[in-house]
Amino acid sequence: MAETISKESATKDPGRRPPAALGKADSSDQITRRSFFSWLSIGWLAFVAATGGFFTMMLRFFFPNVLFEPVQTFRAGYPDDYTVGEVDLRWKNKYGVWIVRNDAGIYVLSTTCTHLGCTPNWLSSEQKFKCPCHGSGFFKTGINFEGPAPRPLERFKIVLADDGQIIVDKTRKFQQEKGQWNDPEAFLKV
Amino acid sequence: MADFKHLIDTISNPTILFTSTIIIFFFIFPINDWFYKWNRRLKLYVLWSGKGMLIAAIIMAAFFMFGLSDPDFRSIVLKPDNVPISGLIFLVYFFTWLSMHQAYENDAKLERGESIDEQYDAPNDKVLVWPDLVYVEFIALILCSAFLMIWSISLQAPIEEPANPSEAPNPSKAPWYFLGLQEMLVYFDPWMAGVVLPSLIIVGLMAFPFIDNEPAGSGYYSFKNRKLSIALFMFGWLVLWNMLIVVGTFLRGPNWNFFGPFEYWDIHKLEALTNINLSEYIYIKWFSTGLPDSILAREIWGILLLAGYYLILPPLLAKTVCKKIYERLNPFVYSIFIVLILTALTLPIKMYLRWMFNLKYIIAIPEYFFNF
Repeated sequence: MAETISKESATKDPGRRPPAALGKADSSDQITRRSFFSWLSIGWLAFVAATGGFFTMMLRFFFPNVLFEPVQTFRAGYPDDYTVGEVDLRWKNKYGVWIVRNDAGIYVLSTTCTHLGCTPNWLSSEQKFKCPCHGSGFFKTGINFEGPAPRPLERFKIVLADDGQIIVDKTRKFQQEKGQWNDPEAFLKV
Repeated sequence: MADFKHLIDTISNPTILFTSTIIIFFFIFPINDWFYKWNRRLKLYVLWSGKGMLIAAIIMAAFFMFGLSDPDFRSIVLKPDNVPISGLIFLVYFFTWLSMHQAYENDAKLERGESIDEQYDAPNDKVLVWPDLVYVEFIALILCSAFLMIWSISLQAPIEEPANPSEAPNPSKAPWYFLGLQEMLVYFDPWMAGVVLPSLIIVGLMAFPFIDNEPAGSGYYSFKNRKLSIALFMFGWLVLWNMLIVVGTFLRGPNWNFFGPFEYWDIHKLEALTNINLSEYIYIKWFSTGLPDSILAREIWGILLLAGYYLILPPLLAKTVCKKIYERLNPFVYSIFIVLILTALTLPIKMYLRWMFNLKYIIAIPEYFFNF
């Protein structure tokens, strides 16, 4: 059926004109070759200007007026503020760290999962960090033991200031798989 | 009813679910003559008849209706993010049915010596783009836009509290179309599951028509002449992609643990998931010596295993199981074919290794961000 209809409509339809007749309806406003080219140049120049402006604006986005750069070094109170055997969550929201105190001292764990960068949750009843994205699990020490995380959580530099307060420096990180956790600044003996 | 729900929860265990799916799959989409014989003998092709579709659709709909009476199932299925997945199950089945139905019908017609519907009779079959095609497309476009508008108005997006980089929802699920990738990420290092494997999936699917350029059965719906190509494509598409999306949507719960569809999402569900690398299996469990200091000595077993998988297995297969394929393709095309197939198979293999032996990585060099 389809082919008969389409054939008829293509050839016998009286309402259709051949395409060549479409442009020649009115011959009074014919354009010359010269004016055609000057309009064409104006058109292209406008196009180039518009796209150029657009890409300039795009480029401008790479240089923001304000940069969000949270402080990387902060004072985290006195060692006595932290209970032995507890994972402290008070700096998690602001600085993205957990401060853990054990019998020997204090260390600072990064809250970034080493698999794909989600923030794990501390499950105190199971005594583990558990990532909600792909199920990676970490012991309280930061060692990975379940799920896909290929390496332990990173630790940050922790030292005591002259006034006895803890200073955490997130610009220095210590990775267990590189043997950096033995560094004296990775662990604060108390 | 409680027994039935319990049964569904039990077979939703990934090992049982995947094993049964893979076995059933190759009888429904027979990959070679042996499976094809059994497909005929078990009359599994009734799935592609009109009646078969109706019955299967009614069973699936009945399961959903029954499930909606359960609060745990309801909370998953009716979540606005997950509604497309329920639709996806029906749509994927319908379109698979549509093509397979025509394929089996054409196979039967050719067997009887009749001509098939797609037979192109030039020039009588010629159709014009306008109005024949564009008009239909235009109507479809309007209907789809109307449907999407109604859908987006009636099913509100689940707006949550303001985003907070230090607080991830539990479970954190990717958009539904990425859930297959997210499931893959559980078994692989991010650069493998996020970059290498997705690229290979796309390249591999595109390579199918170039690898299999057999003229028989080409240009119209047919199954009999292209069993291997169709079965392999469907395995990648239905099992390794759509099924992973469904698993990620319905079976993954808090802490990314597996839950049955009728199971309560308990945040404190205890599962022994402690997993170790192949090197730890070999040196600590079997040799009891402790890991060697040198990275190469530590990972040599995994590297040898992977090298054997990619270098020894292809010629071995060419001499045995894949003999016919090897003879049909030239050695170059065969190597591309077999590398793609073996790479695709690393996904189910690694899933099973994780579920059954708690194996994390075959090669684990976290020092240089290389884990496989």
